[in-house]
Amino acid sequence: MQSALDPAGVEAQAVYWLFWICVIGGAIIWVGVMAVLFYAGRGGREAISQKAGQRIILIGGVLFPTVVLAALLSYALWLMPTVRPVTAQANSRLTLDVTSEQFWWRIAYPPEGDLPGFETANEIRLPLGERVGFRLHAADVIHSFWVPALGGKMDMIPGRTNFLSLEATRPGLYRAPCAEFCGTSHAVMGLTVVVMEQSAFDAWRKAQAQLQPVAAASGTAPRPATGNGPVVAADQTDRGQDGLAIFQRHGCAACHALRGTTAQGKIGPDLTRLGERATLAAGALPNTQEALAAFIRNPQKAKPGALMPAFPMIPPEELATLADYLRASP
Amino acid sequence: MRSFIPREIETLWTLFTAPVVWAFHFVVCYVVMAIACAKGSGSIEGLMGLRLFLGGFTLFCLLLIVGSAYLAWRQWGFGTDTPPHDAPTRQERQLFQGFATLLLSGLSFISVVFVALPLLFIPACMP
Repeated sequence: MQSALDPAGVEAQAVYWLFWICVIGGAIIWVGVMAVLFYAGRGGREAISQKAGQRIILIGGVLFPTVVLAALLSYALWLMPTVRPVTAQANSRLTLDVTSEQFWWRIAYPPEGDLPGFETANEIRLPLGERVGFRLHAADVIHSFWVPALGGKMDMIPGRTNFLSLEATRPGLYRAPCAEFCGTSHAVMGLTVVVMEQSAFDAWRKAQAQLQPVAAASGTAPRPATGNGPVVAADQTDRGQDGLAIFQRHGCAACHALRGTTAQGKIGPDLTRLGERATLAAGALPNTQEALAAFIRNPQKAKPGALMPAFPMIPPEELATLADYLRASP
Repeated sequence: MRSFIPREIETLWTLFTAPVVWAFHFVVCYVVMAIACAKGSGSIEGLMGLRLFLGGFTLFCLLLIVGSAYLAWRQWGFGTDTPPHDAPTRQERQLFQGFATLLLSGLSFISVVFVALPLLFIPACMP
């Protein structure tokens, strides 16, 4: 799932071949050097002439390394347009903005045609066989974006935008680690990349884009039966209203957004359609009700150094309802 | 023809010629490319002229290094004597310097080629 040796993208394929050519070439040269060493180390041999010695140095020490290095350098340079497809990138139809924060990923899909843009977190969905561009940003410290199965890595630097583009060649679910130490939870800052068939991707994107934040002043939405009366979208189920009321009452919406409701917090990850994501807390936990409840109760346990405060005051039954609601929403 | 070639003189400057050309070539290549990319003329078409110019500059630098290597070869006696030239005489010192200069010229030649190789393969600036 997270391996550069199991490539599922055009760039990763190029890196894969580069790796094996270097490994095999290195092994052959090593064996050759060892063979010469053993040959030279045999006892009882006559000293070779100075002229022969100079010839060995010239061929083995100058010509051979020069030719090998020139070949390797040319191969690597020749690969560069494939590994970093600068011109193809400019023509990619879809370009995402990915912002890394301690310790999660903010992902923005742009508007397309009638579809408005939307923001999501910690999981990127990509269409199969289409080149997708990435504008990479960092909100706090240096992070690095790396989907080993799809391509090479690119640093994310505060105050700077870096570019990358990837083309996936095989559908599947791939893990991407943050590849630059960024703090205490660096090791549990993971990103899930889901490569989907074009039609499935289009349907997913449409469903996501249709969920837009609901204005709090909207007069058409009904008031929920419980809670302190936040306005919610009309399509919430009773249970959902319960969960949403709990979400609002405990102040979750100050940091988190649930598109399709009035919750529009921008500080933490967007939680819309959390249930469809492969993992919780940027790859730190499995996406289960128990894990989500435990994370809300004490986020520091799974993600030391995370900015989210602990919520031990939420009663267990409310916590279970909230976790169910978030995983089922919308 | 003979008059174009400098007289043999005993100075360390001949030793430095090739590495200095290598350093100069390196700086020119990197600075010129950095300026062109920063100014946004980094498209494939925009970069073509610059690549050709730097290609020509590379050939010029290689010629200088070959010239320096020829002088070194002459100083080394065209290879009639074999190293290590470690006797404490003026003649041996000259031969040693010539041989060292020849080797440095070879290194500089390869280095200039390696520095210039990206010109062949990379058509545009990274965004």
